[in-house]
Amino acid sequence: MEKYDIVIIGGGPAGLAAAVAARKAGTKSILILERDRELGGILNQCIHNGFGLHTFQEELTGPEYAARFEAQVLELGIEYRLNTMVMDISREKLITAMNRERGMYQIQAGAIVLAMGCRERSRGALNIPGYRPAGIYSAGTAQRLVNMEGYMPGRKVVILGSGDIGLIMARRMTLEGAEVKVVAELMPYSGGLKRNIVQCLDDYGIPLKLSHTVTDIKGKERVEGITLAAVDERGKPIPGTEEDYECDTLLLSVGLIPENELSGQMGVELNSVTSGPVVNESLETSVDGVFACGNVLHVHDLVDFVSEEAAMAGKNAAHYVKDYVEKCTEKSSGYGKVISIQPTGGVRYTVPSFIRPENMVDQLTIRFRVGSVYKKCYVSVYIGEERIIHKKRPVMAPGEMEEIKLEKSRLIGCRDYETVRIQIEEA
Amino acid sequence: MYDVIIIGAGVSGSAAARELSRYNVKVCVLEKSEDVCCGTSKANSGIVHAGYDAAPGSLMAKLNVQGNRMMGQLSKELEFPFQRKGSLVVCRSKEELPVLMRLKEQGEENGVEGLEILNPEQALALEPNLTEQVEAALYAPTAGIVCPFGLNIALAENACENGVEFHFDTEVESIEKVNRGFLLKTDSGDYRARYVVNAAGVYADVFHNMVSSRKLHITPRKGEYFLLDKGAGDHVSRTIFALPGKLGKGVLVTPTVHGNLLVGPTAADIENKEGTNTTGDGLAAISEKAGQNVRNLPLKKVITSFAGLRAHEDGHDFIIEEAEDAPGFIDCAGIESPGLTSAPAVGLRIAEILREKMRLQQKPDFQGQRKGILNPELFSMEERNRLIQEQPAYGHIICRCEMISEGEILDAIHRPLGARSLDGVKRRTRAGMGRCQAGFCSPRTMEILARELGVSMEEITKAGGGSGLIVGTNKDVL
Amino acid sequence: MEKKELICINCPMGCPLTVETEGNEVLSVTGNTCPRGESYARKEVTNPTRIVTTTVRVREGREKMVSVKTETDIPKGKIFECVKQLKDVELMAPVHIGDVILENAAGTGVNVVATKAVL
Repeated sequence: MEKYDIVIIGGGPAGLAAAVAARKAGTKSILILERDRELGGILNQCIHNGFGLHTFQEELTGPEYAARFEAQVLELGIEYRLNTMVMDISREKLITAMNRERGMYQIQAGAIVLAMGCRERSRGALNIPGYRPAGIYSAGTAQRLVNMEGYMPGRKVVILGSGDIGLIMARRMTLEGAEVKVVAELMPYSGGLKRNIVQCLDDYGIPLKLSHTVTDIKGKERVEGITLAAVDERGKPIPGTEEDYECDTLLLSVGLIPENELSGQMGVELNSVTSGPVVNESLETSVDGVFACGNVLHVHDLVDFVSEEAAMAGKNAAHYVKDYVEKCTEKSSGYGKVISIQPTGGVRYTVPSFIRPENMVDQLTIRFRVGSVYKKCYVSVYIGEERIIHKKRPVMAPGEMEEIKLEKSRLIGCRDYETVRIQIEEA
Repeated sequence: MYDVIIIGAGVSGSAAARELSRYNVKVCVLEKSEDVCCGTSKANSGIVHAGYDAAPGSLMAKLNVQGNRMMGQLSKELEFPFQRKGSLVVCRSKEELPVLMRLKEQGEENGVEGLEILNPEQALALEPNLTEQVEAALYAPTAGIVCPFGLNIALAENACENGVEFHFDTEVESIEKVNRGFLLKTDSGDYRARYVVNAAGVYADVFHNMVSSRKLHITPRKGEYFLLDKGAGDHVSRTIFALPGKLGKGVLVTPTVHGNLLVGPTAADIENKEGTNTTGDGLAAISEKAGQNVRNLPLKKVITSFAGLRAHEDGHDFIIEEAEDAPGFIDCAGIESPGLTSAPAVGLRIAEILREKMRLQQKPDFQGQRKGILNPELFSMEERNRLIQEQPAYGHIICRCEMISEGEILDAIHRPLGARSLDGVKRRTRAGMGRCQAGFCSPRTMEILARELGVSMEEITKAGGGSGLIVGTNKDVL
Repeated sequence: MEKKELICINCPMGCPLTVETEGNEVLSVTGNTCPRGESYARKEVTNPTRIVTTTVRVREGREKMVSVKTETDIPKGKIFECVKQLKDVELMAPVHIGDVILENAAGTGVNVVATKAVL
C-alpha cells in the first residue's frame, strides 16, 4: 500500500496553499487528491477580478490566482492526482480513493488536510413551492456552464439570494447577453460583499429587493415565470405583496454548505453553526492528525483568507508529522490546558473553537461571523471579567467574515480561566 | 395494426406489458412523456403496503395483498431495490384504539399475515423515535419499501426485451371504435389495435369516456412530500403511518430503499391533471403533521420537496375490467394507493383478461430475468477493480453525493429504453438525486448524454419536451 | 457644491465614501481607509472605470473557453462594446496567461489578455 506523510483532500485554493506550506515546512512526502480534471477548484470558474489583493498585492482573476499556486506546487515538485475521487477516510487515516486508471485503492497518510470546499444550497433545501421545471440552477452551476463551457442557461433571469456568486452571475449573464430582471434577498441585508452590489448590480441597473422571496415557480417543462413576495420579520411571505416576473431562468445563490460527508464518516466532530469541523488553534480536528482549512472548515468570502488559513493548516500538518516521527509518543498529554472560545452576544461562531495556549503561534487569527447587521459597534474579547480586546467596527454584517488577533502572551498568563468570550458590544 | 395497445408507461401499464410479453401477441405501449415512469408512478411514497387499509372484498384489497406477496420474487427476477422492513400504524389516543383494532381485523380479513397490536413499550423498542404519546401500534411485518422508478423501469425494460414496443412522446388524442378494434389518433400519427388497455393514470377517465357511455370520473388527489438527506435515513427503520383518515393514510415517515427519509403525503383534491406543483400550504402542512408520530424529525435536512397526483376514482376502487359497452377496451383505472404495491397483480390481472379473450399462447423464448444497473457500492474492492479494469468509466465518479460513476450513467443510457434526459438518468442511477440536487453533476451528465446520444447540448432536456436546459451560447444575442 | 455617497469597490472592505464636488472638480473625499479609496472616488465621479472579464472560444484546446480580462480598467460606457468585439474572436490552442487576445479594446487603448492557460 502507498504511504504519504501528508495527504491533502482537494486541490482547490485551500489544498494548494496547504501543500505549498507543508512542503516549505519540511515535509517531503505530500500528495494532493483532486476530483476534477485540473487543479484550482472553484477558482477556475471564477473568472472575475478581485482576488489576491491580500496575498499578492495585486488584483487577479480566479484562474490567475489559482495559476500562481499551481506554479508553486509544480516548482516544489508536489505530487497530485487529478480525476480522483476520495471515497472514504478512516479514523486511522487510511484513505480509499478511485480513478479510471488505478481503480479503487488505498493510501496510508501520516496526516491529512481536509480541503474539500463547499457546495451550494439547492432549491430543495429552501422549500420554494411550485413546479420543478428546467431552468432552475444554482448560481455556481450556471457559472460553470457560462464561464467554462460557453453555454447560456437562460435569457431572462431572476436571481434569488444575494450571495456573492449570485451577484457575480448577475453581471456575467448580463455581459453575455441575458436580461437579469431582479435579485431578491430574503434577509433585510445582502449576503454578499458591498462592492459586488455596486459593480455587479448598480452598474447594470439591476434592482436588489431585500426582504423578498420566491413564492411560486411557474412552468411545467421550462421556467415561465416566478412570483416574488415581500416577507415579514420572520421571513414569511406577506399576502398581497406578490409580484409576477416573466423569466425562463431562476438562479439560486442562497448559501454555501461545507462539504463534510467524508469528515462526518470518519468521526470528525462538526460544528452545527458552520457545518465544518471543530478545530483547535492548529486547525486540527477532533481526529488526531487530521487538519481542516478553507471552505470545508467554514465558508469564506475571500480566497486570500482561505490561502492564509490553509497555509497554517499545512504547516501544522508538517509539524505534526515531524513530531510524530521524532517522538512517536502520545501527544495529547504534553499540551497543558485547553481554553475554549465562546461566541456570545451576536457572534455566531469562531474558528478555531478552542486553543491550547502552549501550542499557539504568538499572534493567532480568530475568524468569525456575526448574526445580524451591527453599526458603530465593538468586538470585545473577555477573559473572565477582564476585557482584553475592544476593537471598534463601523459596520458588521453576516455576509462579511470578521477577524481578531489573540496574543499568546495574554493567554499563557491567564491560568485561571478555561474560556475566552468574544462578543459584539454597542458603542 | 397491433394486437394490444397500452396507453401509459407508468407502473400499471408497464406491469401489463411485461405480463403480456410472456405471450405470442403484438403489444405497443404509447406514452405521452419521453420516458417510462413520468406520472403518478414517479411521485409517491414507494411503499409496499401490507394490505389492511382497503375494504374487505374490494379489488384493491385483493390486489394489494397479492401484489405484496409477488414483490419479493419479482424484485429478484428483475433486480430492483425492495426491502420488506415492516410498518407501524400509530394510535395516539385511547379513544381511537377501536379504529386500530378494526384495522387489524380488516387486514386479517384481507389475508394479511403477521399483524400484531403492540403496546407502547414494544412499539418504542422497535422504533425509539416514535412519539411518546403512542398508545398502541399496529405492526405489519409484511410491509416494505420499493424504489418506484426501479420497479417501473424494470418492468418496462423486461417487457421491451421480450418484444413489446414502446413509443414515447406519443400522446393519444382520441380513440374511436372501428371495425374489429380501435383507432387511436395521436400527436405522432394514427395507431390501430384490436384491444386497448387504458392505464393512463389521472387521464384514465378521459380515455374511458371516449368509448363508453358509463362515465368514470377521476380526481387528481395531490400529495406533497419532503425528501430528507441520507444523514436522516435511519431516523426510523420502518414505515410509520398515522391512523387512516377520510382522504387516505395521512402523513407517513419512512426510510427509502436508498437510505433517505421520506415524509408525506398531504392529500388535496384538485382539478388540474398536470398540477404537480408543490404549494406553500401543502409544505407547511407536512411540517406541521410530520412530527405527530415521530419525534425530533430533522426537517432541516430536507433536500427536496415534490408533489404527485393520485388517480382517485369516485368509487374508490381499482377498475380493471373490460368496459361494458366497449368490448376490447380494458380499463385499468382508479389506480391510486396501493397501486404501486398492487402493480404486479394488476399486470397479471390484465394479462389474464386478455389471455382468455384472445386465447393467447405462451412464448417459449420469454426471458423473465432482467439485469439491473450495477450498484458498485455493494461490491468488494476487488470486484470493483475488476469492473474498472474492464470498463474504466466505472472508476470516474460523476455524481459525488450518491457516488455514481460514468459507468452506471452509460449503462442507463444504452440499456433497453435507455435514459435520454437528466431525469431519465436520475431515475435509473440516482445521479443528481442527492443532497446537492444535481448542482454538481448536471453539467457533466449533460455532456455525457450529448456525447452518447450524438446530439448538441442545446438538445439535452431535463425531462423531454420543452424542458431544454441550455438556450444558446455566450454572446450569441449580442 | 454637490455631495455623493459611494461604496469603494477596490477591496472587500467596501468603505462608504463621501465625495464633495463642484462641477467637474472634486473638492474632498472622506470615509476611505486607504489612498486607493480616494483615487477610486475621484475617478468614479468624473470618469468611472471597470476591469471587464469575460470568455473567448478556443479551438483544439483541452478546454472550450478561455477566460480573459482587460489589462486595466476601461470606461464604464465601453464595457458592452468591448464584450461585443470579443463575440466572434476564436483562438487556437495553446493560449497562455497574458496572451493578448484583442488590442485596443473598444478604442480604449487597453488590451484584452487571457487569464488562463488552455493547452
